[in-house]
Amino acid sequence: MTPQSNIMVVAPIIAGREAELRQLLASMNREPGLVDPDNPLVPFGKIATLHFARFVVLEDKTREDLLVYGAPLPNAINSLAFLCDCDGTADVLRRDLVTYAEAGLRQIFSFCDSFKSNTDLLRWMVEHEQAAATTYNNWLGRTVLQVREEEALRKALQLQLRTRTVGSPRQAWRELRAFVANEKAAGRLSLTSAAPTPLVWSIENLLNCVGVPLSLLLLSPILLIYLPIFLIQLRIHESRDPVIAPRPTLAHAKSLAVIEDRVITNQFSAYGNIKPGLFRRWTLAFLLFAVQYTTRHIYNRGFLARVNTIHFARWVFLDNRTRLFFASNYDGGLETYMGDFINKVAWGLNIVFSNGVGYPKTNWLVMGGAKDELVFKDFLRRHQLPTDVWYDATPGITAFDMERNSRLRNGIEQESMTDDELSEWIGLL
Amino acid sequence: MAFTNSDYSDMQGLLRFGYGRLTEACFLLLRVEDASAAGHWLERAPIATAEEQNPPPMRALQIGLTCEGLRKLGLPDDLLNAFSAEFISGMSGDENRSRRLGDVDVNAPQYWQWGAADDVPDLVALLYAQPGMLEEWKSSIEAGLTASGFQLLQCLPTTDMGGVEPFGFVDGVSQPKLDWERQRDVTGDQLSYENVSMVGEFVLGYPNEYGKYTTRPVIPEQEIGLPAAEDLKGHSDLGRNGSYLVIRQIEQDVRSFWQFADKQVGEDATKRQTLAEKMVGRQMSGDSLVSGTGQSIAGVGPDAQDIQRNQFTFDDDADGIRCPLGAHVRRANPRNADYPAGTHDLVERLVRLLGFGRKSIREDVIASTRFHRLLRRGREYGTKLSPDQRLQPQFIDETPSGLQFVCLNANISRQFEFVQSAWLMSGKFDGLNEEGDPLLGNREAVTGCPVDRFSLPVAGGVRQQIQELPRFTTIRGGAYFFLPGVRALRYLARIAKA
Repeated sequence: MTPQSNIMVVAPIIAGREAELRQLLASMNREPGLVDPDNPLVPFGKIATLHFARFVVLEDKTREDLLVYGAPLPNAINSLAFLCDCDGTADVLRRDLVTYAEAGLRQIFSFCDSFKSNTDLLRWMVEHEQAAATTYNNWLGRTVLQVREEEALRKALQLQLRTRTVGSPRQAWRELRAFVANEKAAGRLSLTSAAPTPLVWSIENLLNCVGVPLSLLLLSPILLIYLPIFLIQLRIHESRDPVIAPRPTLAHAKSLAVIEDRVITNQFSAYGNIKPGLFRRWTLAFLLFAVQYTTRHIYNRGFLARVNTIHFARWVFLDNRTRLFFASNYDGGLETYMGDFINKVAWGLNIVFSNGVGYPKTNWLVMGGAKDELVFKDFLRRHQLPTDVWYDATPGITAFDMERNSRLRNGIEQESMTDDELSEWIGLL
Repeated sequence: MAFTNSDYSDMQGLLRFGYGRLTEACFLLLRVEDASAAGHWLERAPIATAEEQNPPPMRALQIGLTCEGLRKLGLPDDLLNAFSAEFISGMSGDENRSRRLGDVDVNAPQYWQWGAADDVPDLVALLYAQPGMLEEWKSSIEAGLTASGFQLLQCLPTTDMGGVEPFGFVDGVSQPKLDWERQRDVTGDQLSYENVSMVGEFVLGYPNEYGKYTTRPVIPEQEIGLPAAEDLKGHSDLGRNGSYLVIRQIEQDVRSFWQFADKQVGEDATKRQTLAEKMVGRQMSGDSLVSGTGQSIAGVGPDAQDIQRNQFTFDDDADGIRCPLGAHVRRANPRNADYPAGTHDLVERLVRLLGFGRKSIREDVIASTRFHRLLRRGREYGTKLSPDQRLQPQFIDETPSGLQFVCLNANISRQFEFVQSAWLMSGKFDGLNEEGDPLLGNREAVTGCPVDRFSLPVAGGVRQQIQELPRFTTIRGGAYFFLPGVRALRYLARIAKA
């Protein structure tokens, strides 16, 4: 099994050069927001292990919301962020990026303050990386290669089914198995076996799996003593925190809509300030730490709580944990995505984003909040940023499709199937 | 508190009635040339209200205004901007919206007969009348309008096809029932499908399925001839008792539909009808393809025919053996609840809430239906073809037929646009792949993903899949209107006069 990794490089943009940078980024796109995978600057398509990537200018459009707290305004410096989700280690990805796109990346990063003409690209990227507080991967170990091979398999199976006369499911399964064996032998299909799981990763994963609950257990006396105090603090904050969610301006809404629904999967980037004070900052840090544990060890098989349309997502603290950046890649339209947030995982959205300035009022951290549908939608949309450049290695294949295709493959590779398994499998076709 | 006649008297009748007895209808698309004169007419316009009348009315007039129309009447920008963003932008005003709605290629607004960006009407007058009375009703209203600063752009005619849409299927079989008694409780999750909606899903100024009031223009003043805002003390509510009216002219290629079905089944009349019924998801008679378990559903009945046709959910046909997963009615109204079927007690809910307990890969992939309901008020137009004619080549100069699709909702993006884009146009609805709505799909591939197939699941076997479904419908026009409450309409009229 090949685990996935990610990187996020963030660096301030040189004052006055943002427009030029955005222009350069736009030149990589074949449609608004959608990158040409073969663009000469960063030919993402050449990096076979890359699932998703994006360039997004981090611009704090809601910083003045902090005025209601009487807090000092945060800086208004815009940064460039570069995000990748890939198979294998980040080290290999960085090397691939340098191999295939050094000149282009140098040109893009030359718009950042700290990047000089003699800067070592690899080292600079590493130095400017921001580790995510929480990452989500729809299916641990599912590689780009696997997604592509299994989609090719599905297409071949369905095409083959059209040409054959229908017999019993078992007969169909046997025929299809023979067909696939034949196609593989002829080199028209390939179903690469999973690579061995890296030992270091396995050990680390196991240590984390055991270590986190263990340390929480050790800390539990303190946490339990603090819990009532926490709840009182929480209720005080919840009663006082102002809701700031005016409708996004027409221009802002349009800058987002223009890059949406061009392929079946969409990107989402959002950026905002965490409520001032240590309480919200540490609550958020603790909760993201807890969520990370669940996404690492539990929610890595096709769903994040009730939502099964997210491919990759991450939550990243920026600027000394005063700001939070959220990025995701999801299937379907924004209205569906937000509807799922509200109807299926409002509690999950609430525990994280209610620590952000202006979020609709929550009760006991999990209730209310996103359930205030229109206020929540405006809040979200207003904090969303247009993703300047977005790469999707397997456009048109939803997370659902990927899981179904894997099940199809498993059926083909299985030596025997019970009648029940067979009827379920045949239903997938 | 339940609705009383005084509430109904401030509401246009279309929200409560389909005017089924008024079988003749036409929709006048108008432009405001002289706001002040228009105001004088609107102030006295004989709007049919939602009050029950005895004897029932012989004719009815309903008025809707586009954003442009409101602007021309002189509604100030701050009030205008409190309407929903999609209403302000309009159905055709943003190519990003068109992409979402599937209005691309031949369906693109640039080819529409009305409603394209520079051709959006200001006002629509929906006229309904008993048989034989429309001509006179139309002349009198039209004369009044054109003498009062309105220019008639177009009259969208309709045809009484006897409750059957042009393809030959009984139409308008399933409608949500509004909770006029205001008894419905939406504080918790809804664990079973119900056919009752909060009034606020369709009428502005009342709580919706989230128990919240949909954003609409309110004015921080009282005693200005508008209803009071229920949720904002000291405010008048311009939206209250109003709704958003969506009109879409959908031309139906009846011959292509039936001839395609005919060819698929080797010209067998019975199989042809069966295939057509599978695409629609209902029998031509309006009866369901899925027989219910007999368990009652809130909002279905007490009418026996309603029970026979609507007392079912697709839980009884989870694999789509009887009604294919991608059938039109299954997409338009999936009849599911907030949780997957079979979720009952607290423990089960908690397990599901955390994402566990999935019994099949397709479980929980469709959004909860109650947030995406539409109150449909469509009317057919054009020539009604007989079953024999449907299979014959087209006449020369044949009048096209189709549906003047009309629906009401309080939140266009969550209701009409969601149903249209996430359910009807989506190639991935309910875990399907490469197929859009068999009736309304535009068959335009989205980045390499075709949407021109239709699958018929087979019990215990390989599904049958139809390839290269032709496009059976074409969009010819459309717009978003505000259907104001009566006092709101008079208020707008007074603004225009001033």
